[in-house]
Amino acid sequence: MTDTSQTAHTGKRFDPFDFLARYGTLIALVLLILFNLAFTRNFATIQTLNVNLTQVCTIVIVAVGMTLVIATGGIDLSVGSLMAISGALAPMIFLGKIIPIDNVYLAVAAAMVVSIAVAGLFGLFNGWLISAFRIQPIVATLVLFIAGRGIAQVMTNGNLQTFRVPQFQFIGLGRVLGIPVQVILMALIVLAAAWMLKRTVFGRQIIAIGGNERAAELSGIAVAKVKLLVYAISGLCAGLAGLVVIAINSSSDANLVGLGMELDAIAAVAVGGTLLSGGKATIIGTLIGAMTIQLVRYTLLANGVPDAAALVVKAAIIILAVWIQQQGRAHA
Amino acid sequence: MTRTRFLSLLGSYGVVVALLLLILFGWLRYDYFLGFFNITSVLRYNSMFALVALGMCFVIMTGGIDLSVGSTAALGSVVAALFSPQGTWIGLGAGVGAGLCVGLVNAMLVTRLRIMPFIATLATMLAASGTALLLADNQSVSVSYDSGFTTIGQENFLGFPIPAWIALAAYIAGWVVLNFTSTGRGVLAVGGNEDATRMMGLPVGRIKFLVYLASGGLAGLAGVILASQFGAGQPIEGVGWELFAIAAVVVGGTLLTGGVGSVGATLAGVLLLGILFNVLNFENGKGWISLSAYWQSVIRGLFLLIVVILQAKLSSRGNAAARDH
Repeated sequence: MTDTSQTAHTGKRFDPFDFLARYGTLIALVLLILFNLAFTRNFATIQTLNVNLTQVCTIVIVAVGMTLVIATGGIDLSVGSLMAISGALAPMIFLGKIIPIDNVYLAVAAAMVVSIAVAGLFGLFNGWLISAFRIQPIVATLVLFIAGRGIAQVMTNGNLQTFRVPQFQFIGLGRVLGIPVQVILMALIVLAAAWMLKRTVFGRQIIAIGGNERAAELSGIAVAKVKLLVYAISGLCAGLAGLVVIAINSSSDANLVGLGMELDAIAAVAVGGTLLSGGKATIIGTLIGAMTIQLVRYTLLANGVPDAAALVVKAAIIILAVWIQQQGRAHA
Repeated sequence: MTRTRFLSLLGSYGVVVALLLLILFGWLRYDYFLGFFNITSVLRYNSMFALVALGMCFVIMTGGIDLSVGSTAALGSVVAALFSPQGTWIGLGAGVGAGLCVGLVNAMLVTRLRIMPFIATLATMLAASGTALLLADNQSVSVSYDSGFTTIGQENFLGFPIPAWIALAAYIAGWVVLNFTSTGRGVLAVGGNEDATRMMGLPVGRIKFLVYLASGGLAGLAGVILASQFGAGQPIEGVGWELFAIAAVVVGGTLLTGGVGSVGATLAGVLLLGILFNVLNFENGKGWISLSAYWQSVIRGLFLLIVVILQAKLSSRGNAAARDH
């Protein structure tokens, strides 16, 4: 592994690549907002803000877990399938298909806790494969990528579950002080993860493992335990995101919930400036990355560019972001 | 040394043994399992995956990965369908050409811009998918039935499906390249130790360039067969093909870290996963159990799980044995 420690800014000469690598995504986001303010009609409205925020929420929640996984030098392909599992399980519980629960609040609470916990356990399983058998993360999580959606489909027999349970759908449709609940959830998770990564021993250990796993192990870090936890957290985040998605849709379709989410999350992490080889991570960067990708898509759609073309642009942005970061590192 | 060799042999032939056992099981248990119709339909359908997995196998042997193969196949199928009225060969050439274009972009990104293969091909996966949707106007594109284009996917040659012959030819070519050419040796050398290979004076950049180009071309060819077989170019097909191909390659004993790999074992891996599906369908037909189609992905996942755990155990014991000697 090459030296991934970011050398401190010497301050002597201005390096445009280093500057772009650090602030490029943020600058892009600001430019996008300015462009929209100038050219997109009805952009500066609460409505637009809410549309964009609610669309980006689930990606950010999943991408936070993904950031931690990638910071250890790993990857989690199973997040979309875990969303499908939690999304399939929750309605089965609160609709009383497994065991009837009379009190609706109790049923909803049980549904949320159990389905998020199940997703977390599957995440733990990923971590176990990776740390106990030393299977590469991309292969280990491929197992649940393939099997996970199948499990969700088998549980529901592939049927659409529709429901109208306001107590549950609060997490997708409710508002507190005018702010959508899922936006609050997203903000809390982002803040908690950013704090954890920067200020706690666990956070330092994550970065240390991604930087140099052997060195981390020799310096006494319980590498296996940290990895287990990181993949479990990624599972929990995916589980929560699955619930938010079905709450917004008032229905759960195991074939569709979380489909392609792993790619959106990885893209957000990459554009946000987290090193894909591990050892350097930024949660706020991931948030900015996800919002940038979302806003690009919105900008294109709002200005009449078809969604398919937006995919091509998204691809170009990912490449550009990663390339600029690499140049920044090469020059640093 | 002998012990290590035995373990590595088990690693590479385990999949063949498993495949033979599965076929034996099917033959003993189901009446028409080895019937002509079943064999040809399994071969016809799985030849597309076989082509994609062959390209993936080469990419993985260099230590890389190609996530774009599924949407490249979709793009290939759309382009081939659009050109199919011009004739069979033009449709074929256009589909493969589209695949080569994606492969070229991947190759440039990985070798020139030095972007990690994972992220480079993730991006081209999105781009190829978007391009396919744009060209197809978000719907499937019917192929021309007058130009003979459907021959490629639907007809037989000497009693076997043409797609199976194409796949067979591709695997023989792949086997020859890997085992008897300097480029093939270079592929394994790059995956084993890229820096050492460069110092030995091998053209690392060119080798990597070629594998991504080939992977794109093979995915395009799979797309041509897809369009021809089902009578339409399908922009949203190919989702998850890349992961199926990776699974087949891994089941075939190729290490994802590169440097080790076998073309034949990859073919066995594809057939194993394909026939597993087939056996499940037959089992449902027997009426003893009734597993919905959804169980298939669960069982495939379980299967992959068993294989990767076995592989991890074998390789760690192999390493330990290698250290002892």
